Amino acid sequence: MSDIPIRVENLGKKYLLTHMGNRGHKKYTALRDVITEAAMAPFRSLRRRLGKTVEDEQPDSGSHEEFWALKDVSFEIERGEAVGIIGRNGAGKSTLLKLLSRITEPTTGRIEIEGQVASLLEVGTGFHPELTGRENIYLNGAILGMKRAEIKGKFDEIVAFAEVEKFLDTPVKHYSSGMYVRLAFAVAAHLEPDVLIVDEVLAVGDAEFQKKCLGKMKSVSEKDGRTVLFVSHNMQAIRQMCQRVIFLKQGKIVYAGDPHEAISGYLGQGVNAESHTAIDLTDYPRTRSIEGAVFLRMRFTDGHGQPATSVRLTDNLGVEMDIKVKKPLRQFNLSMAVVHGEGLRVFSEAYCDQHAMPDLAPGEYTLRFHIPMRFFKMESYFVALTLIENGKICDHVDGLLMPEIVDENPNLQMESQRWGVLRVPVTWDLIKPMKS
Amino acid sequence: MPRLIIESGHTERQYWHDLWRYRELFYVLAWRDISVRYKQTVVGVLWAVIQPLMVTLIFTFVFGRLAKMPSDGVPYPLWVFAATMPWQFFAASLAGASQSLVGNANLISKVYFPRLIVPAGAVVTTMVDLLISFGLFLLMMAWYHVLPTWRFIAIPFLMILAFMTALGPGLLITALNVKYRDFRYIIPFIIQIGIYISPVGWSSTMIQQNFPRWTWLYSLNPMVGVLDGFRWALLDGRGGISLPSFALSVAVTVFLVLLGTWYFRKTERTFADNI
Repeated sequence: MSDIPIRVENLGKKYLLTHMGNRGHKKYTALRDVITEAAMAPFRSLRRRLGKTVEDEQPDSGSHEEFWALKDVSFEIERGEAVGIIGRNGAGKSTLLKLLSRITEPTTGRIEIEGQVASLLEVGTGFHPELTGRENIYLNGAILGMKRAEIKGKFDEIVAFAEVEKFLDTPVKHYSSGMYVRLAFAVAAHLEPDVLIVDEVLAVGDAEFQKKCLGKMKSVSEKDGRTVLFVSHNMQAIRQMCQRVIFLKQGKIVYAGDPHEAISGYLGQGVNAESHTAIDLTDYPRTRSIEGAVFLRMRFTDGHGQPATSVRLTDNLGVEMDIKVKKPLRQFNLSMAVVHGEGLRVFSEAYCDQHAMPDLAPGEYTLRFHIPMRFFKMESYFVALTLIENGKICDHVDGLLMPEIVDENPNLQMESQRWGVLRVPVTWDLIKPMKS
Repeated sequence: MPRLIIESGHTERQYWHDLWRYRELFYVLAWRDISVRYKQTVVGVLWAVIQPLMVTLIFTFVFGRLAKMPSDGVPYPLWVFAATMPWQFFAASLAGASQSLVGNANLISKVYFPRLIVPAGAVVTTMVDLLISFGLFLLMMAWYHVLPTWRFIAIPFLMILAFMTALGPGLLITALNVKYRDFRYIIPFIIQIGIYISPVGWSSTMIQQNFPRWTWLYSLNPMVGVLDGFRWALLDGRGGISLPSFALSVAVTVFLVLLGTWYFRKTERTFADNI
């Protein structure tokens, strides 16, 4: 028995992205596509020989593009360690977990794992709505790799943890979503693997139960000496749970080590004076392919149209972006979303909420919108932008860090003690009782 | 403590070992499918009885009464039922297996286990229906005052043969269906055509008599062996079974099982990426 239960060397996973032209991105192939593809191939090579390049063609017959979801990733994890994995969507976190739990095969590199592994990529995997709570405990337990005898021994404990005693023989389709999640997590929490892999399960359930889950996971690693790998967008949870954090960006490890260091790196992605004011989006990482129109660059401005590195609570933050329309767009629309630094989606708006959707001719355009800052807290927020044609996504960028939010109002010093992701200026009145 | 090594193309060595280790999951998934099936339907177990009964009734009318097909001296309903039973099993298994992976997509993209468990479990589930209709067959025998013979001992083996015959093409279509979703449309086609080119409503004797030179081609249909076998065992050696034809059918079955397993194993590693 060594002290390094997980050793990962030069791990890589490559996906082939197929661009299906106007038909959108499809996950599976239909046989007819393969046949058409094969039938067209001789004509393509003929055309190539006649001097036309492949790039001249419409990309509708499906062009392939290599995409490394994970590349050259190496790390070691010690026994009993709780390690957090953070990074933006598409940074490779889920791919890493899928490789570690053997759901997909790596393209390069190797993983060595010692001991029994249980992965919890989703709460309640395999739950069947028609089966009762009792039956689902056995089903879910078996799916997670527990032996029947093991489940039997822990049955009462699981039921007590989930607080569903009364409904054990009711089909879970009649459960409230809270009960459902509690039962699902309870089964998972009573697994006793040597290595536990957890993906974002705490995004569900009420605050009370989340706390309970976090406590359970902490005790799994601290008291029982099990190794825990934990992916989350919830920085609070990462901070509480993990002794070490791996920060992934575009499929590579940017930083591994001290949690505070890693989290501030993650929250401050792209923080430098230049990128605050103008961000070049042509090479910006995207999780999906571009179709018809593309973001070129964007700028944050203050209330007076000047480039901004910070913004006051009393001002409006201007967001300007240049886009290039490659072919005529019908029913153009732009949607924006604001995401809190710890991963919670705060709100979203779209151009079409206030305007009719125009048709755009090819060319370059500049778009601008203003966000009133008075509801924001002095924390980090990200902006996500999506270009849409007739309901279909043309281009999408996210994780654009907003300029720092500042204010001199001394009354806001207490803000750090208030929870939530927005600050709503509530008006207070203290009323003196009337005396006769 | 077990040490696991994950790298590209490495899985083969651990696979068969894993298959054994995950046998409990296999039982549980089969149990889930069975209990869910009988929970969701109004008449439950009756479905397993109604379907073959209806087919038997219609076949008795069309082939027995209208076309006056010979049934080697056995009451025609018994004659048809002996073949309808395994045929229904085959049809249901094929349909069940091909949908099983797509139907369990959330499991496949979230948990590791040898994927072979899923279609195999689906075939086992339909085996329950086969057993139920077998019970019905015994009742029918009692009704017609037909006694079972020593040939009944072959039935467990024939059930295994029926299982294999369904599993081979089942695995092949399942694996193809993950990648090319239009493969499932082939199944109703196979089942529709199959019931006419297999000895369900008529007997293999008629092929041997009318087309002796083409019997080998006819026997390439793996269900010929299964259906002839069932008639032979249930109806005291009748139904026109012949050893060369039976052996050929079994050989095709074995070939399809090997081909199906090979192709399934080959594509299995990419299931989670494609599903």
